[in-house]
Amino acid sequence: MATTFNDTQMTEFKRLVARYPEGKQKSALLPALHLAQDSFGGWLSTETMDYVASLLHIEPIEVYEVATFYSMYNLKPVGKFVFEVCQTGPCMVSGSDNIIDYIKKTLDIKPGETTKDGMFTLKLVECLGACGYAPMMQVGKIYKEHLTKEKVDSIIAAYRTEAANN
Amino acid sequence: MGVKLLLDKANVPGIRTYEVYRREGGYRAVEKALKEMTTDAIVEEVKKSGLRGRGGAGFPTGMKWSFIAKPEGVPRHLVCNADESEPGTFKDRYLMEFLPHLLIEGLIVSSYALGSNETYIYIRGEYAWITDILEEAIEEAKAAGWLGKNILGTGFDCNIHVQRGGGAYICGEETALIESLEGKRGNPRIKPPFPAIQGLWMRPTVVNNVETLAAVVPIINMGGEEYAKIGVGKSTGTKLISACGNINKPGVYEIDMTITVEEFIYSDEYCGGIKDGKKLKACIPGGSSVPILPANLLLTTAKGEPRYMNYESLSDGGFATGSMLGSGGFIVLDEDQCIVKNTYTLARFYRHESCGQCSPCREGTGWMEKILQKIETGKGEMSDIDLLWDIQRKIEGNTICPLGDAASWPVAAAIRHFRDEFEWHVKNPELSQTSNFGLQHYADPIHVPA
Ligand SMILES: Cc1cc2nc3c(=O)[nH]c(=O)nc-3n(C[C@H](O)[C@H](O)[C@H](O)COP(=O)(O)O)c2cc1C
Ligand code: SF4
Ligand code: FES
Repeated sequence: MATTFNDTQMTEFKRLVARYPEGKQKSALLPALHLAQDSFGGWLSTETMDYVASLLHIEPIEVYEVATFYSMYNLKPVGKFVFEVCQTGPCMVSGSDNIIDYIKKTLDIKPGETTKDGMFTLKLVECLGACGYAPMMQVGKIYKEHLTKEKVDSIIAAYRTEAANN
Repeated sequence: MGVKLLLDKANVPGIRTYEVYRREGGYRAVEKALKEMTTDAIVEEVKKSGLRGRGGAGFPTGMKWSFIAKPEGVPRHLVCNADESEPGTFKDRYLMEFLPHLLIEGLIVSSYALGSNETYIYIRGEYAWITDILEEAIEEAKAAGWLGKNILGTGFDCNIHVQRGGGAYICGEETALIESLEGKRGNPRIKPPFPAIQGLWMRPTVVNNVETLAAVVPIINMGGEEYAKIGVGKSTGTKLISACGNINKPGVYEIDMTITVEEFIYSDEYCGGIKDGKKLKACIPGGSSVPILPANLLLTTAKGEPRYMNYESLSDGGFATGSMLGSGGFIVLDEDQCIVKNTYTLARFYRHESCGQCSPCREGTGWMEKILQKIETGKGEMSDIDLLWDIQRKIEGNTICPLGDAASWPVAAAIRHFRDEFEWHVKNPELSQTSNFGLQHYADPIHVPA
């Protein structure tokens, strides 16, 4: 994948930078990395990070520092759909362990791994601010809440269909 | 039904849109503030209201605003803290998702009062869909003339921008948030200087929680004195509580702070009682950082008086027998829950979220997690319990930012109130893997309403 924003992505990038005063364009780094991750295959390669650095006129190290600090940036390739399941206290007391076990078994992967077909990655994460709607997971931009085994099955099936139709 | 000042219109169909929000009386506070009030008068009204910061620390908002430095020619900024990452807390999300214009309205009034022409909402990165909702609301408000240049012909300019974080609890701490907003790692700054003097881009900055800024709207509309009449003592106005765990009705509730904890847990208006007819074992009443309390100390204070859902009553007895209202993240644990396991998941959370700048926090949170995991998996020794106590004590108060304390308090309180459960785990390494300590020592010390 070529590491250059297309026109739409570039327009969005410029909108992000324009929100900050003259000379403070580095402030756009976190949103710019989200945009880059979404634009270039769901993760941040060194090439991608260097590209963002050049666009913001900062040193590559300033980008690496940030990308390694925040948990939402993937520094390795991930599956087409990333299941980020919350495992913190409130979700745990509401049965997240069972859901995590079920996803592991159903997809036959451990946390941090991706299915062989490159479709799903399982990530265990800490509280996502959905504690009242537990157990839950985030998939891309979307929160999947009140999870049950049946719901997990239908979510997986729906993503498989989505991938097949694309 | 208690008084509702923030969520009273939450169920009006279409309230998320500008048109409906305006029709329901929205943006009156902006009209009143910008046309009829001086900036000093607004700060005065907020002081009179007694409003305390809703992000967790409970610092008086009016006083915080009056600290902002006003050096000639230097821009000032208001930053809205929408990082909401404290386990158990999901109230700001609710407010932003269903009433985005209430936050925008509060932000315009507050920006005017503080002299902020460029105001930022820093939202946790995972709330991506809420970012879209907020940006849409901002566009609507701009199109209707409430944002942009020369608002209502007053000469006041204001823009609001939404910035997504990258997934880091520590960015809820206000100086870490500012660093992150500058495009850096979320390492908290050493204070002083305080943000009110040197904050975002070293300019005077006020950071306030989402709910705090939304509360400015009813305060301007009804007047600070009227607002202060709601609630009790220094707990004025209403508070959003996000309730979760083993209850019948998890969700976000607006309360006036005069109700008892018992009413909040058992009445159908709020949590609707413990799920599946089980018994209440323990509760963390103000977000994961605040001390956990066993049922008896939660419902009544050590003096045997009913405990109320407000700042003073929840902290009655100090850490020995009380807790804190904190961020309003109310986590309820029933008789089947294991205190050791719950404490372990929280310790893991704090280890994961430590920024690593201070050694007591960086190392200590890791040690606590490992020891708790050891006890939880049946490999613990009696001396581990004392070691845990010792480590938490050495972190507390010895770090740059309060995350160190936030990591210590849950461990300390769990040992303080549930030491016998930790000991049972150590003495019963196998049994503890298949069954729970349950309510052995806490069964029915309390009156459970029918
Ligand atoms: C580790 C840590 C995390 C915090 N997280 C949040 C948060 O998510 N949201 C928030 O409003 N305040 C949070 N705070 C409190 C902020 O530092 C700050 O006090 C607050 O935003 C001030 O706003 P308020 O006075 O309106 O409450 C956190 C503090 C610490 C130490
Ligand atoms: S207390 Fe922890 S989170 Fe806070 S600055 Fe120190 S290491 Fe970072
Ligand atoms: S603990 Fe899982 S979303 Fe908060």
